[in-house]
Amino acid sequence: MEDWEEDEFDGPVKKFMYVNRKAPYGTVYALEGLEVVLITAAFDQDVSLVFIDDGVFQIKKDQETSGVNMKNFSPTYRALEGYEVEKVYAEKESLEARGLSEEDLVIPVEILSAAEISELMDTQDMIVSF
Amino acid sequence: MALLHTVNKSPFERNSLSDCLRRAKNGSAVLLIEDGVYGALQGTSASDEISSRDGSIKLYALGPDVDARGLSEKPLIDGLELIDYAGFVDLVEEYSSVQSWL
Amino acid sequence: MDYAVNGQTIGADEEGYITDMSTWSKELAGTIAVEEKIDMNDDHWEVVNFLRDYYEEYQIAPAVRVLTKAVKKSLGPDKGNSKYLYELFPYGPAKQACKIAGLPKPTGCV
Repeated sequence: MEDWEEDEFDGPVKKFMYVNRKAPYGTVYALEGLEVVLITAAFDQDVSLVFIDDGVFQIKKDQETSGVNMKNFSPTYRALEGYEVEKVYAEKESLEARGLSEEDLVIPVEILSAAEISELMDTQDMIVSF
Repeated sequence: MALLHTVNKSPFERNSLSDCLRRAKNGSAVLLIEDGVYGALQGTSASDEISSRDGSIKLYALGPDVDARGLSEKPLIDGLELIDYAGFVDLVEEYSSVQSWL
Repeated sequence: MDYAVNGQTIGADEEGYITDMSTWSKELAGTIAVEEKIDMNDDHWEVVNFLRDYYEEYQIAPAVRVLTKAVKKSLGPDKGNSKYLYELFPYGPAKQACKIAGLPKPTGCV
């Protein structure tokens, strides 16, 4: 018995980079950005996710939002792997300025310098910034 | 008459905290709320400026906003006091007026 | 489109997804399933429970491709394939099973 094909998307595959620059709860950018990433990932595109500036705070572990009556969406970053979003980067300089290191983060990321991230941006078909 | 200053923007994204600290007189209070609570972290590129005012102004941060952002286990600036929503109301009552650095 | 369970009214949106996840119960799931013309058996429940666990862990309802892969990983290839899941939930395992499980509409489901 043959399995049905999984929903394959056979359009052209483009390189999408999502640049996250905002902290998670003060504005709606972080949550909206995450939703767009998940939707694009469902269409089999080549997705990279970059956390720079205050965006690194999105993936801070230990978030506990019951006191502010907002949905804690930090566990959703852990679902990215299942969506085959495996290129996840955080900028070294942004982490350091904020007193954060790899152990502070809710998902494993590749830590790159600002210069390396600029290089990576040059190779994209599309950059979407939140 | 002493003022209560509130700051709700991250010090890494906006200058609101610096703008506030530059103008907050000794004896006033600064309360960090929403994304402003990132300014409560110790050992960051923003912490020296706020730490240097400890003792001359009272420093507060809103606990539920600290927890929401996953900062409850991180070291916060010396002398900074965490308060809850009821404590926020008490501060508003205690000080003559509130200046919000939006 | 609201549901009535044990004399209580449970709020839902125009597509039938409940609006407050905390109002979910097994009885409600049964009622939604009837609306969806699905006769719930153990296999259906297994997928519904799987989805609820997935939501608990990741705080989202998975897209169908992601669901299939996750089911394959935890329940094996006999169940982690589109044919099996579509046989259980003919109008789309993510959409229909999520609705019965009381989850929001899957992200990335257009």
